[in-house]
Amino acid sequence: MKQYWKEFFTRNGMSLGLFMLLAVVVWMLVMIILPQLYMMDFSFRANVPPPQWGSETHVYTLEHYRYLIYGNVNATDAFNYIDLGVFGRTILASVFVTLIDVALCYPVAYYLAHVAKGGWGRLMVISLIVPFWVNELLRAFAFKVMFGASGVINSILLALGIIDQPYDFIRENFALYSGLSYAYILLMIFPIYNAVESLDKNQIEAARDLGSPWWRIHWRVVIPHAKPGITSGCTMVFMLTAGALAAPQILGGPSSLWFTQLVYKWFNNSANWARGSAYALVLLISCIIFVLIVMRLFKVRLGEIAR
Amino acid sequence: MSADVKLEDVWIRFGSFVAARDVNIHIQEGEFFSFLGPSGCGKTTLLRAVSGFLTPSEGKVLIGAKDMAGIGPNKRPTALIFQNLALFPLMKVWENIAFALEVKGVGKAERRKRADELLELIALPDQGDKMVNELSGGQKQRVAIARALAAEPDVLLLDEPLSALDLKLRQHMRTELRAIQERVGITFIYITHDQGEALTMSDHVAVMSQGVIEQVSDGTTIYDSPETAFVASFVGENNHFSGKVTAIDQDFVIVDTPSGQLRGRNVKRAGVQQLSVGDEAMIFIRPESLRFIDGGSADNRLKATVERQEFEGNFWQVFLRVDGSPRIVSLSMVNDGHSVGHDVGTEVEIGCSAKLAVALPAGAMAAE
Repeated sequence: MKQYWKEFFTRNGMSLGLFMLLAVVVWMLVMIILPQLYMMDFSFRANVPPPQWGSETHVYTLEHYRYLIYGNVNATDAFNYIDLGVFGRTILASVFVTLIDVALCYPVAYYLAHVAKGGWGRLMVISLIVPFWVNELLRAFAFKVMFGASGVINSILLALGIIDQPYDFIRENFALYSGLSYAYILLMIFPIYNAVESLDKNQIEAARDLGSPWWRIHWRVVIPHAKPGITSGCTMVFMLTAGALAAPQILGGPSSLWFTQLVYKWFNNSANWARGSAYALVLLISCIIFVLIVMRLFKVRLGEIAR
Repeated sequence: MSADVKLEDVWIRFGSFVAARDVNIHIQEGEFFSFLGPSGCGKTTLLRAVSGFLTPSEGKVLIGAKDMAGIGPNKRPTALIFQNLALFPLMKVWENIAFALEVKGVGKAERRKRADELLELIALPDQGDKMVNELSGGQKQRVAIARALAAEPDVLLLDEPLSALDLKLRQHMRTELRAIQERVGITFIYITHDQGEALTMSDHVAVMSQGVIEQVSDGTTIYDSPETAFVASFVGENNHFSGKVTAIDQDFVIVDTPSGQLRGRNVKRAGVQQLSVGDEAMIFIRPESLRFIDGGSADNRLKATVERQEFEGNFWQVFLRVDGSPRIVSLSMVNDGHSVGHDVGTEVEIGCSAKLAVALPAGAMAAE
């Protein structure tokens, strides 16, 4: 360990070494660890107005976690079915969105990595990236307009005579899933692209030469090779989708609340930061556990994802 | 099953670049056939046209008399062994070997059995459950061969598969490859830039340069009777002397060179441009054909000065400056326990019989 530090400072010099060390520590501490610890602390405390924070009324309690599970103390239901239902639906819907993204992005990534050549490939990458310069809210509202009762899609379907009444894409969450799937698509494409691109083309040709049809080449050669990339993309898309707020807020149907909307409600409308923190923390930890379980199931180690 | 391979008037172009120019070759069923040429001569391109990864711009590829046009690489009776082997690193050794059977829908137990048989054939029994990366270079090589053989191809295509191995292993694998070919009896088409590999293993060799087949023949004919200046200079070591043809004396050509008059064999073969008086010609003499005359007689005589001597173990390599020739000429002598006998700096006379010299029309030479 001592040897390591000595080497670190001889390699980088004293001043640069110190700067890098400081930067990393500040980054970790101020940007990541402290805020989360703060939230965690909050979630275990009674909800009191800010002036009383730190006073003796700001006591530790499990009330907020209890509320998520059992609901109001006076509630007649055994469990807080509404909030737990929203939680479950959020996780399931996020899994669904993640699967849609894999199905959409794997072919695109493969095409970019092994089929598209030179300028055409670059043009494709640019046309994937540029739309994301448009901010998230604008994109969400654009989807809302597009899927609306008098939006482009309904107009076309009506004009073609496929439907005779405007279809309510918003109520059926069609707009929501489209918006969410599109929102994090780059985070799926690029990890898969990186993984697929590192595959030796000869392996694809070898499989083909041995008589393999295209689907088996993907199933036995390309996908196993790209597994870490696919997993990496899935974890990011899943986490971000489960934690998305703008898209569900704008595109969600009247009956479909996203769990983050509950968190937002506690923080903002109800001014109950403590309960908001507890809800947010539950979401975070459950997502991490869920991802780790899935990784275990697919036999992918955390280290592989980082490649 | 084995099949012959025919290339008929094959042209392969990439834009304005011609990778194969009017190639006509008939590879007999069950033979070991090599394409020999420097890198970039188009030999790998031809192999890809046979395996189906590439469609010739013109001409036909026939395997077992069947036109392969429109038939993809997964439907052809060929199996290709890649230069880097392209084994599947995420599959076990036996799964690699059995991949072609898996594709055909053979059951797992049967696949395993067949893989074990092939592991036996390549002398790697009980290695089936290892991962590919746990094997040594030579073992991987053999697994790649087994994987290709499992597809039961009529023609096995090998794209410089030995180039990544070290010298000893390479020489061992030559023998092994030839033995495997004789055992399975299918046609082998082998691509290499290493003449040693081509000459030792092949029934026939096609020497290629810049997309053109220069000569197709068995190894000894290629070596002893090259038909073009390129073949003479590319296969083995060769000294050459340029000049003009002054006379043709039956089977011999007399060429006037700045180093004196030299007589060489007139290589007569179909399709080869015949020499006539006044033509620019080259006389090729191999280092092992040259000897010190020391007052004796010889058809061809050259005055020279010994420049340098190198001891190679089994033979001596002597480099000489020949009067009138801009190039250093090399002469090799078997090491019979004596020294070369001519010190550096001495003036000597070297020569050879006309039968050991070859006269060819002047032409492009292989890069040094």
